[in-house]
Amino acid sequence: MPTFTIVHLEYLSWAALWTIGLSAIAFLGGGLLGFAMALARISPNRWVRNAAAVYIQIIQGTPLLILLFLIYFGVAILGFNRVPAILAAGVGLTIYASGFLAEIWRGCIESVPKTQWEAAECLAMTRWQRMTRVILPQAVKIATPSTVGFMVQIVKNTSLASVVGFIELSQAGKVINNSIFEPFKIFVIVAIFYFAICFPLSTWSRSLERKLNVGRR
Amino acid sequence: MSAVVSLTNVHKRFGAVKVLNGVSFEVGRGEVAAVIGQSGSGKSTALRCINALERIEEGTIEVCGHAVHDPKLDRRALRRDVGIVFQSYNLFPHLTAEQNIMLAPMCVKSLSKADARTLAQDVLARVGLAEKADHYPEQLSGGQQQRVAIARSLAMQPKLMLFDEVTSALDPQLTGEVLKVMEDLARGGMTMILVTHEMSFARKVATKVVYMHRGTVWETGPGAMLDDPQTPELRKFVGGEM
Repeated sequence: MPTFTIVHLEYLSWAALWTIGLSAIAFLGGGLLGFAMALARISPNRWVRNAAAVYIQIIQGTPLLILLFLIYFGVAILGFNRVPAILAAGVGLTIYASGFLAEIWRGCIESVPKTQWEAAECLAMTRWQRMTRVILPQAVKIATPSTVGFMVQIVKNTSLASVVGFIELSQAGKVINNSIFEPFKIFVIVAIFYFAICFPLSTWSRSLERKLNVGRR
Repeated sequence: MSAVVSLTNVHKRFGAVKVLNGVSFEVGRGEVAAVIGQSGSGKSTALRCINALERIEEGTIEVCGHAVHDPKLDRRALRRDVGIVFQSYNLFPHLTAEQNIMLAPMCVKSLSKADARTLAQDVLARVGLAEKADHYPEQLSGGQQQRVAIARSLAMQPKLMLFDEVTSALDPQLTGEVLKVMEDLARGGMTMILVTHEMSFARKVATKVVYMHRGTVWETGPGAMLDDPQTPELRKFVGGEM
C-alpha cells in the first residue's frame, strides 16, 4: 500500500499554485468588470443603471457550479470544440466575482455621505473629479475588509473549477486519494494549504486598514 | 445698485409640503444679507435654491448673471461664481486642511500644485489657521474645521458666498471665531448671504435682513429693522431670540 510521500506534497504544491493563479485571474478580471458594473449601477443614466442591476441579479442568482457548466458546455455548442479548462474556469470565476464585487463596491461608494458629493459639486468639480478625488478614496477604506473577505471566498470557490477538468488544490487531493486511500490525512493537508493561502490575505487586510487610517482615527 | 442675486416669486415643494411659497428678494454687490426665521420657514431651502442644489417649480432666480431656474443652467459655471459653506463643514476627511483647499483650484482652474499651495497658505492665513495646514479635519476643532471650509470656498475666489447656518453646530466660543472670519470677509467687500440664528451678528454686520415666515419673505429691511419689527411675527421671533 503506497502512502503519502514528498512526491504527493510536490503535486499538491503545484496544484496550490494553480489555485492561486485562478484566484488571481478571477479577482483581477472580476475586479475590473465589477468596478465598471459598480459605476454603471450608480450612473445618472437610468438605462445603464437598470442594465447593470439585471446583470448583477442574474449572476448573483446563478450557482457558480452552473455558471461554470454553462460556459464550459455553452462555448462548445457555439462551435469551439474543446475549451481549455483554465479559460472556462477563469471566465466563469471572473463573471461570478464581478457580480458580487459590483454590489459590494456600489454599497461602499454609496455609504460615503451625500454631503461629500454636494461639497465637491459646489466647488465646481466635474462628476468624474468628484468620484475619483473625493468619493473613491473614502470608499476604498470602507471597502477593504469586505473586499478581502470576498477574495478569501474566491480562493475557496476555485475548488469548483474541478468540474470543468481543472486540476487545482482540492481536485489534486482527490486524485491523490484515489491512489493511496488516506482521505483524512490528505484533506487535512489540503485544508492547511487553503489556510496558508487565505490567512495572509486577512492579515494583509488588517494592515491595509491600519495604513488607510493614517491621520484619521 | 446692480443685483448679484435676485429671487422672484420662487416656489418649491418637497412632495406635498410647500416649502417656498413665492419668495422674492434681491441682494446687491457687496451687501451682506442675513436670512432669518424659525426652523421650517424655508430659509435654508431658499439658500440651497440659489446654488441650484434644489430645483424650483416656479419663479426665477438670477445669480451673478446665471439663470438658475433655467433647466439648461451650466451648474459648474454657476458654482465657480458662488461659494457655499455648510452647517456640517463637509470637509474631505481623507485630505489635510491644505489639500482640502488645493483640490478644487487644481481640478477646476488647473492651477499647478505649487500655485495651489501658495493659494492655500494665503486663504488659511486669512482665517487664522496658517499653522494647521497639515492637519486632517478630525484633528481640528469644529470651529477650526468650519474656518477651513470657509477658506476652501474662498480659494475659488467666488463673487458670492452663501453660509448655511454655519455656526449652529458650534459652542459660543467657537462660534465667535467663525463669526469673526465672516465679519472680516464682509468688511473686505464680499457679497454674502447667510442663513443664521445669530441675531446680534445679523444686527451688527448685515446690510439687509430678510425675515422668512411660512415660506415667504415676511419682512425685509436694514439691520436696524430687528430693533423695530413691523409685523407681530417678527416681533415675537426677535423677542424669543433675545
